[in-house]
Amino acid sequence: MKYLALYNYWIVVIIMMAGFYIMIARHNLVKKIIGLGLFQTGIFYFYVSLGKVDGGTAPIFVESLEAQATVYSNPLPHVLILTAIVVGVATMAMGLALIVRIYEKYDSIEEDEIKAIERQHWQENNGEFGISLTAPPTASS
Amino acid sequence: MTEQLVIMVLLSFLVVIAFGIILLKDLLVAVILSGIYSLTAAAIFVVMDAVDVAFTEAAVGAGVSTIFLLGALTLTRRQQKQQKHNNYFALLVVTLTGALLIYGTLDLPGYGDGQSIANQHPQLAQHFLQKSEDEIGIPNVVTSVLASYRGYDTLGETVVVFTAAIGVLSLLGLRRRKREEDPELDAKRQCRQQNEEV
Repeated sequence: MKYLALYNYWIVVIIMMAGFYIMIARHNLVKKIIGLGLFQTGIFYFYVSLGKVDGGTAPIFVESLEAQATVYSNPLPHVLILTAIVVGVATMAMGLALIVRIYEKYDSIEEDEIKAIERQHWQENNGEFGISLTAPPTASS
Repeated sequence: MTEQLVIMVLLSFLVVIAFGIILLKDLLVAVILSGIYSLTAAAIFVVMDAVDVAFTEAAVGAGVSTIFLLGALTLTRRQQKQQKHNNYFALLVVTLTGALLIYGTLDLPGYGDGQSIANQHPQLAQHFLQKSEDEIGIPNVVTSVLASYRGYDTLGETVVVFTAAIGVLSLLGLRRRKREEDPELDAKRQCRQQNEEV
């Protein structure tokens, strides 16, 4: 019975590790961002699971319930996760904007291809590193 | 008990979706799966009594972030390149980390434990549940904590969103550039093709 109560946490760990695996093993940048999202939602379940009280209800006071002794779930993790969801989307938007810029310059969203382009550029330009993202195309070539 | 059963089934469903996202090569399908994932997540949050989180997850997670991902796919490309070999080192790292985390969960208070420190803390959870109606006067405790007790936290959150909006706008600009005009691109395309041949 003790281990049944921990089932939620184990699923959380599996989901987080699935996201982690996508982030380090897949070369596609958009896939990495989706993996980051999986990792984040895993942590959301963890927090909300900790705040759940058996037989409790959502922490909203209703007049008809106040006469009885009602048990409420912990509202604090809910608040923290509300903030985390919104911040998570902001980070994701930022990451996707960077990916679009990388695609415009490198014509690729695969990490290994971008590395190969950089390596070739490095060999051709006597060790000058990095393709300029800001300079006009004619100036850097 | 039924509640726990519903959560178990939905959580197992999430694991299946997560593995689908790992294995599929088509990015559009992966994005749609992540939308389904967020919607299932919202259902789980409702069963776990976190109705406000469920609202936000359904609107922001399943709605807005799916739209952002679709927009990014429109501006880039849809297919993920076939990877030649599996990354066993990554698998090892992930398995080790997961095993350590599962070892760490053995000490945690069980799911639904009302007596745990987090749920009984006199200055946090119990204070909010007992005093917030007198101190703030809003029936929804989550709202009063979000907007009043932790108001600065929410202010910080809006600052983060504002910064992200500025960052995205300065990276992408309001008008799109034409990609065909860039002479460097041809060289990069050739380089990529050469790499594919090798």
